[in-house]
Amino acid sequence: MSSTTGGARSTEVLRAEELTVRLGGRQILDQVSFALGEGEFAGLIGANGAGKTTLLKVILGLVQPTSGRVLINGAARSRRNTLIGYVPQKIDLDPDMPLRARDLIGLGLDGHRYGLPLPSAQRKTRVEEMIGAVDASTFADARIGNLSGGEQQRVMIAHALISRPRLLLLDEPLANLDLRSGQEVVTLLSRIAKEQRVGILLSAHDMNPLLPVIDRVVYMAAGRAASGTAEQIIRTETLSELYRHHVEVVRVGTRVLVVAGEEPAIQVLGQADDCADHDH
Amino acid sequence: MNSVSINSASIVASGFFANGPVDTALIIGTVVAVVSATVGTFTVMRGQSFAGHSLSDIGTAGGAAAPLIPVPSIYGFVAVNVVAAALMDLLGVRSPRARDVATGIVLGGALGLAALFLYEDTTTTSDSGTVVTVLFGSIFALQSSLIPVVAAFSVAALAITLMLYRPLLLSSISTDLATAKGVRVRLVAIAYLLALALAVSLSALTIGAILSTVLLIGPAAIALRLTKRTGHALLLASGTGIAAVALGVLLAYDSVGWTSNGQGWPVSFFIVALLFGTYVVTLLVTRRQPHRNA
Repeated sequence: MSSTTGGARSTEVLRAEELTVRLGGRQILDQVSFALGEGEFAGLIGANGAGKTTLLKVILGLVQPTSGRVLINGAARSRRNTLIGYVPQKIDLDPDMPLRARDLIGLGLDGHRYGLPLPSAQRKTRVEEMIGAVDASTFADARIGNLSGGEQQRVMIAHALISRPRLLLLDEPLANLDLRSGQEVVTLLSRIAKEQRVGILLSAHDMNPLLPVIDRVVYMAAGRAASGTAEQIIRTETLSELYRHHVEVVRVGTRVLVVAGEEPAIQVLGQADDCADHDH
Repeated sequence: MNSVSINSASIVASGFFANGPVDTALIIGTVVAVVSATVGTFTVMRGQSFAGHSLSDIGTAGGAAAPLIPVPSIYGFVAVNVVAAALMDLLGVRSPRARDVATGIVLGGALGLAALFLYEDTTTTSDSGTVVTVLFGSIFALQSSLIPVVAAFSVAALAITLMLYRPLLLSSISTDLATAKGVRVRLVAIAYLLALALAVSLSALTIGAILSTVLLIGPAAIALRLTKRTGHALLLASGTGIAAVALGVLLAYDSVGWTSNGQGWPVSFFIVALLFGTYVVTLLVTRRQPHRNA
């Protein structure tokens, strides 16, 4: 837990410096820079194709940036970065997979090790702790393939957190969840960020379920990113600059929508697909 | 074995345990059952049943080429399967679809060679039994001198699989997740494919190239329906495999007295029938259980 010379900011767990990724002539990321502090919960917001998954993969080291660099806890990342916990976008778990929720959580501790796992009281205690931390005790002994989407997310979060990372990355964890399960996961993450002092970066195409709890927004459009508090970023001027054409931030009741285009032909950007979802 | 007298009061025919070929069959069969079940449990979990089945068919070429050299068929199975596994990996790195195509192409090529070698077997060895042995196995014809060879390949396949136990599990769940944890996913996949090639070869030796998938996938599929813990699945699959092989050998030995020509039925038939029947029963029994407790 080395502290950087951040001045007023708390310890910085993640710093992206001018990350650029070009794949096959296409610019996927364009000079993306932002930082995330200890215990901070940030939403990585953007439409499909904005570059969110690529950015997460660069931070994880699964994709090499064309230029720019990533600092984790103030240092360059290593191949096996124990400081980062990761919850991938979508996992297809076979119902017949002989693996209990608690086994998957335990693999977060030693899944990279070779040889047979030896029983250890210390390991068992850690697994129990994590089961408690994500409220998974009622389904800890069930097969992972039989869990609901929300339950699987919580198990994956415990799996990612058990090695005590400084940074937790989640790729669209709310995408396949109903509203209520999604809300539960978000509340849980908010609590974990504060309790365990872990920085959380969660990608989502809809910012609305996140706005009440996140400390920071990293908004992506066409490979570019703007970062700051929700008040700083979710504004007509800031987002118009990011999109490089005029967009309007509209508040409908408690929901925030980003709308593009001149009047009569209004087109919803970013939230296009979930608008319909939440109308009923 | 034609002169064996059957003790009708006992399920174990007289002379069963005092018979050299039967002893050899039981020893090799047991070892192969454990290796196949252990490797096979991961094959099913990783969704590589098609690759496993393809390797077993591909092995036909090696088994058929062996008598032409001549060497014991196990060497032919191992050589061809290991080369095929490497080719499948090299050709299919890009995507799951590319992997399926690569498997299909290598399978086709190997079966073409198998057609040639099997033809040569029938014309040069004047022994039509060779073809049946390669395709459907002949566990009673195994020489006891093969036991050390089988043991060596078995230890290698088991060691690879058990060494990779946790990384294999992790990468079966998500390759991204495993990579992020620092697992060398590609290395693990290649090493596992090698273990699979060895297991399929050993299985082919026991119940034939065509049927060898059954010993690989059958016990594993049964175990996966019955337990929710990986370690238990490995043990249960191994137990099921051993039981099927031992019972198959016993029934084949007994069956000599069932047929009028005194030839009996092949071991492979009994092993496959037992595993298939057990799988169907397991499916029916576990079908009604609520998901949570399954």
